Amino acid sequence: MKKLFSLFLLAGLAAPAFADEVKVAVAANFTAPMQKIAAEFEKDTGHKALVSTGATGAFYAQIKNGAPFEVFLSADDETPAKLEAEGAGVKGSRFTYAIGKLVLWSAKPGFVDAKGEVLKKGDYAKLSLANPKTAPYGAAGVEVLKKLGVFDAVQPKIVQGENISQAFQFVSTGNAELGFVALSQVWQDGALKSGSAWIVPQADYAPIRQDAILLANGAGKPAAEALLKYLQGDKAKAVIKSYGYEF
Amino acid sequence: MLLPDSQDWSAIWLTLKLASTVTVLLLILGTPLAWWLARTHSRLRGAVSALVSMPLVLPPTVLGFYLLLVLGPHGPVGQLTQALGIGLLPFTFTGLVVASTFYSLPFVVQPIQNAIEAIGPRPLEVAATLRARPWDTFWSVVVPLARPGFLTAAVLGFAHTVGEFGVVLMIGGNIPGVTRVISVQIFDRVEALEYAQAHWLAGGMVAFSFAVLLLLYTLNPDARRKAA
Repeated sequence: MKKLFSLFLLAGLAAPAFADEVKVAVAANFTAPMQKIAAEFEKDTGHKALVSTGATGAFYAQIKNGAPFEVFLSADDETPAKLEAEGAGVKGSRFTYAIGKLVLWSAKPGFVDAKGEVLKKGDYAKLSLANPKTAPYGAAGVEVLKKLGVFDAVQPKIVQGENISQAFQFVSTGNAELGFVALSQVWQDGALKSGSAWIVPQADYAPIRQDAILLANGAGKPAAEALLKYLQGDKAKAVIKSYGYEF
Repeated sequence: MLLPDSQDWSAIWLTLKLASTVTVLLLILGTPLAWWLARTHSRLRGAVSALVSMPLVLPPTVLGFYLLLVLGPHGPVGQLTQALGIGLLPFTFTGLVVASTFYSLPFVVQPIQNAIEAIGPRPLEVAATLRARPWDTFWSVVVPLARPGFLTAAVLGFAHTVGEFGVVLMIGGNIPGVTRVISVQIFDRVEALEYAQAHWLAGGMVAFSFAVLLLLYTLNPDARRKAA
């Protein structure tokens, strides 16, 4: 027993001195890369990142009402700015951790052409989108439809997910033939995972800047500050890039 | 304070339409089922009771997720509805009716079943000796005696459908006037940080729930026992 105890003690000493936990709220579109980053973060620093994923607006309401998150990775740049202005975020801690890319995706191979002409042909029953009122990717999708001049024609076919995960789910289950999703959801290691897609040119919609912020709960906590620093490091950036984001 | 706008009213109207449709449908489908459960000695009784009650314990997201798969283009029901020319049910009002019927089933079946069980076989036997046909017995003996059970079933079925969120979220697609019910509209308002409008609807739901249950327990003092 004593031997076992000292073994635990040794294991404890082997980890970095300030091994700690950080509670991080992550926008749904960044779920997959964050899981990878969290695993490497723990390996490299000994700190454990407890990742909660969800919709940015819902996180805002929760943070304002005492949710214990210490770091927030938003799907936009407005919400972190708002949190900072209202005192729920630490001043000067904001930075853009990724710029999201929009993609028109179908689970069916060959359904979406490389130029998105399928939108004009209208040969589909349902087009899935994240709620444009609350999700930046949804708003970007609407912007693209308007730019192509097909918004009015397409509108009756639009189905909305509450966030980008749900918009993706509607397409991946085949309930909608195609939809605007985040490139990160269908892209890995420089290639499309499945189906067919049109990566929308960035000039067709306002850049989706995704900002991170240190929340008041995380101020002065080594693990929280370490995670924000880690996100700006080369290792994290390589992961972020492999999912099709830019900086 | 910002007043509810046309989107809110559309969600309210849609929710009332959905809950009314589902309640009528459930009374029609649930009554024979409750009757059978109350009177049968079949070995299947336990299994059927368990199936009917499952929505009580399953998270609505589970129900919604499987409905999305089963009703979708690759699911068995989805392939059937397509073959029949009905098309796909997710993202339609009909789809919500189907989903809500499953979701609210135990809230309608159980009170009716309890009420029929409470009547016992005796009044039915007496009616039979008076040469009442089964259909006549049902309308002139069972329905009047089980009236509190039917009332409880209708009110709970309606109220529970009004309060539905998880299932609609999974298969609704948030289409204004088609699938965007009150609970989803509240969620959207909160997400968009439009708290004033959210309060109108959310506060309204609190008042509605209280009023419905107050009505139920006033008209029907032993409803709570029957529903349990």
